[in-house]
Amino acid sequence: MERGAKEKNQHLYKPYSNGIIAKEPVSLEQEIQEMRRGGAEPEFDMSDIFYFCRRGVESIVDDEVTKRFTAEELESWNLLTRSNYNFHHISTRLTALWGVGVLIRYGILLPLRVTLAFTGVGLLVVLTSVVGLFPNGRIKNYLSDKVHLMCYRICVRALTAIITYHDSENKPKNGGICVANHTSPIDVIILASDGCYAMVGQVHGGLMGVIQRAMVKACPHIWFERSEVKDRHLVAKRLSDHVADESKLPILIFPEGTCINNTSVMMFKKGSFEIGCKVYPVAIKYDPRFGDAFWNSSKFGMVNYLLHMMSSWAIVCSVWYLPPMSRMEGEDAVQFANRVKAAIARKGGLADLLWDGGLKRGKVKEVFKEEQQKLYSKVLVGSSEDRSRS
Amino acid sequence: MGSRASSLLREEDIDEIKKETGFSHSQITRLYSRFHSLDKGENGALSREDFQRIPELAINPLGDRIINAFFPEGEDQVNFRGFMRTLAHFRPVEDNEKNKDMISGEPLNSRTNKLHFAFQLYDLDRDDKISRDELLQVLRMMVGVNISDEQLGSIADRTIQEADTNGDMCISFSEFTKVLEKVDVEQKMSIRFLH
Repeated sequence: MERGAKEKNQHLYKPYSNGIIAKEPVSLEQEIQEMRRGGAEPEFDMSDIFYFCRRGVESIVDDEVTKRFTAEELESWNLLTRSNYNFHHISTRLTALWGVGVLIRYGILLPLRVTLAFTGVGLLVVLTSVVGLFPNGRIKNYLSDKVHLMCYRICVRALTAIITYHDSENKPKNGGICVANHTSPIDVIILASDGCYAMVGQVHGGLMGVIQRAMVKACPHIWFERSEVKDRHLVAKRLSDHVADESKLPILIFPEGTCINNTSVMMFKKGSFEIGCKVYPVAIKYDPRFGDAFWNSSKFGMVNYLLHMMSSWAIVCSVWYLPPMSRMEGEDAVQFANRVKAAIARKGGLADLLWDGGLKRGKVKEVFKEEQQKLYSKVLVGSSEDRSRS
Repeated sequence: MGSRASSLLREEDIDEIKKETGFSHSQITRLYSRFHSLDKGENGALSREDFQRIPELAINPLGDRIINAFFPEGEDQVNFRGFMRTLAHFRPVEDNEKNKDMISGEPLNSRTNKLHFAFQLYDLDRDDKISRDELLQVLRMMVGVNISDEQLGSIADRTIQEADTNGDMCISFSEFTKVLEKVDVEQKMSIRFLH
């Protein structure tokens, strides 16, 4: 099964192509000009609302954003109940097959994986603390790298993650920032089992806190207090200080800020792109046929999510290391961020969206509505200017 | 084991909706999936907040009016039947010969009914007349702050003048229909539903 999965990995993933409606990408100006009746051009036509009306109802039936925050629909069923959206009861044989699948997954795979996971995490905490006792220097760095890699690889086995790394010559180097699209916390394990990174994140309590404190003993990671996160200058300073030090590992950041369901890449926050160092983009694409890796944090907690992961068939994914990019002359942070995002989306076969991942929880800003209003006003007022000229 | 969403939709319901709206069986189940995914409260009905959660709809200048059109007079919840009935207005007008067994009179997606849907976006108080105030309100929603009150007022006056044939300074539904008789309403107010 492993080898078969590895071969299938090579193709670009075909997104679920069964949309509900066919949308035509016509702009506001085009539509309204078309609708204007010939001859005497009135400023305002009562039929102008048809455009807004239709676009509104189209977005009710199928919109680009809300579907990115729930797991991707599959073309054919993969014998996991949780991926079962539109499939009906087909036959008893299929049900029996599913039943056998459940037995295998929960009876054999899950206990094995949980054991491995505990081993991996336990070793990470213990060994990094041990390495922390060494004096700073080359030996410590060497040991720290080895320890981190080993423990992450155990965790990868615990999830039965079958990962294909492409273009490893572009792997991130010291003094740079690695950016990747975010689908789940597992992204970290996947990347960190192939290279050593400095993690960035908030300080947690409980088990996570223990792991964080242990890791930082072996090599420098960047953990922020909750209060510090709001202070953007402080954050930027700590990140720049870290990359300025060539002996420190590349920083791993997920600029989307939240988990997206791996069918698209949403807006990158510009903070990491303002620092002015080399950016190493990485594209991660999961194969949804073996198990859905997306963490829907509003539906499932972390423990629930990990159980799901460990009781799927496998996590199959591809990682592409893209060549490093730097900010060009005359390009501001936002444009640079969009350029990197487009490159990642293209490589991973994902849709490139301008929408903010924060829309998962928050409302859309008024300014976008005002843009639409401004566009329409231009069409109205524009035609009166033409008339006054003639 | 059936799927989570469509197991709540019975075959009789699907048949009734098919007769009333003209959607096909597979279209109805797909739209039910969509309805279900919008229904965050999982109570079988959509509220106004559920619609407003769609970003593309929230930035539509007429978003609130369109949402309103889904809700019957004075109600705050719309169930799947109501949802489908409103969406049916946007079905393309194909050869309606095969839909001759419709329940009553005109199919929901006829030209007249499409026009009536648009008319209701203007006619806020649902008194079957578009007054100057109602027209101004819709204009204001579409242009935001970019056009002055005077200019907007004169646009409204001109529009009413051109449309009003019986001199009551309001636009009735028949006057509305007359003004738009050359517009290809069927195409502009239709959405291409797949399969």
